[in-house]
Amino acid sequence: MSNISRRKLITTGMAAAAGLAGLGVAARVAKQHGLVPPDYGGIYGLGETLTYASHRLLTKQSLAQEFPRSLISKPPFANEITPLSDEFKRLQAGGFADWRLTVDGLVARPASFSLDQLRSYPSRSQITQLACEEGWSYIAEWIGVPLSHVLDVVGVLPQARYVVYFSFQPDWWDSIDIADASHPQTFLVYGMNGDALPIGNGGPLRMRVPRQLGYKSVKFITHLTITDNLKKFGKGLGSASADGGYAWYAGI
Amino acid sequence: MLVRVTHWITTFCFIALLVSGFEIVISHPRFYWGETGNVSTPTLFKLPIPSSRSLVPTGYGYVLPDQNGWSRYLHFQAAWVVVLTGLLYVISSFFTGHLRQNLLPGGTDLSWRAFSTAMAKHLRFKRPSAPEAWSYNLLQRLSYLLVIFVLFPLVIWTGLAMSPAFVSAFPATVTLLGGRQSARTLHFFVSLALLLFVLVHVVMVFVAGFWSRMRAMITGRAGTDTDMEHT
Repeated sequence: MSNISRRKLITTGMAAAAGLAGLGVAARVAKQHGLVPPDYGGIYGLGETLTYASHRLLTKQSLAQEFPRSLISKPPFANEITPLSDEFKRLQAGGFADWRLTVDGLVARPASFSLDQLRSYPSRSQITQLACEEGWSYIAEWIGVPLSHVLDVVGVLPQARYVVYFSFQPDWWDSIDIADASHPQTFLVYGMNGDALPIGNGGPLRMRVPRQLGYKSVKFITHLTITDNLKKFGKGLGSASADGGYAWYAGI
Repeated sequence: MLVRVTHWITTFCFIALLVSGFEIVISHPRFYWGETGNVSTPTLFKLPIPSSRSLVPTGYGYVLPDQNGWSRYLHFQAAWVVVLTGLLYVISSFFTGHLRQNLLPGGTDLSWRAFSTAMAKHLRFKRPSAPEAWSYNLLQRLSYLLVIFVLFPLVIWTGLAMSPAFVSAFPATVTLLGGRQSARTLHFFVSLALLLFVLVHVVMVFVAGFWSRMRAMITGRAGTDTDMEHT
């Protein structure tokens, strides 16, 4: 080995070591500031982390575009849903009077809410677009209570980092970070276009996260768990979609 | 060296983006104009291909398997790599003189006459003389500039315009394009334009002599005298 190539080898090695150390420091800082998504592992972890981290920094306060009433899609579009169980039909027959939203985990006052209780909280509406990862989209007026209001009622503990939400449909759950959960447009939706939320659109209660793609807006919400760690849910990737191979963060 | 490295990284990313982009498109091979569009609204046009979703009426009696999970992961990862690589290429080509010497047409080339001479030469399949073969000709320069400074920025812009989080911070990204579905349709067409460039580019490499051009782009050496006869 000649001197030149040895010198080159040493400098290249040192540069690589410095680069790796730099990456390690960057990863630690990113983790501390909540810039690492739960599905950061694997071969697509780099792209996913860059997307999530840059969106967290760029979109801190931003609001999803709201549209004039004239742009509401007619007829209101409803995507396919898997057939609902007899238990759901029984609740539906009773006008969803027995529907409950339970909230537990890292909260001061775990609680269970009826739809009437949720409707008694300050009602808000937004005319926003629901965009599916497949490519289609529609605009609707979504009426509900901001998730942040419900979180205030139960008193979220300071170490909380994520809100995990579960559907009445088996194996359908998802989660968002506290930044999205406390965003003013993140709603628990019970109404649409001036009426009750239709079953096809997720009635009686649906999550609405307008700054992310449609699959984060899970239908038939029955249960919220506030947590500091997503590892204990499913495969630990943060959502049923992520367990099925889709990105946990769907802001893109 | 940097030109060659960034070229091959871009090549791999382009293939990844093309394959994953196609997989994403087949989940909804319908295109619209304006803000919204779905199976219950009229289309601008439809691709005559089957879909990976049963809800989309395609006229085909079968549904393709859903590949969107990994396709979307790969699409955005490759997009990150190609954007960072492209930035490195563009910024360094300002400083190394690559842009000025190899890409911007020389002063005398910037006339309709120079353009039509180059076009005529090209259309008659005239092989370049030995000194000409060492640098990009006028048509090459113009098409590379179009790809680097028009098509690439456009495909990034129209892609970002489909991100609900990104447009919440920068709404003009999508409103200037006329809405989310317009952005998606434009993204498709700009991708097609890039694909067309790549196809022509590859054909030209074959015309110029595949192995000598490949060797040049990989090793940086233009080749031996015998190779020069082919280029």
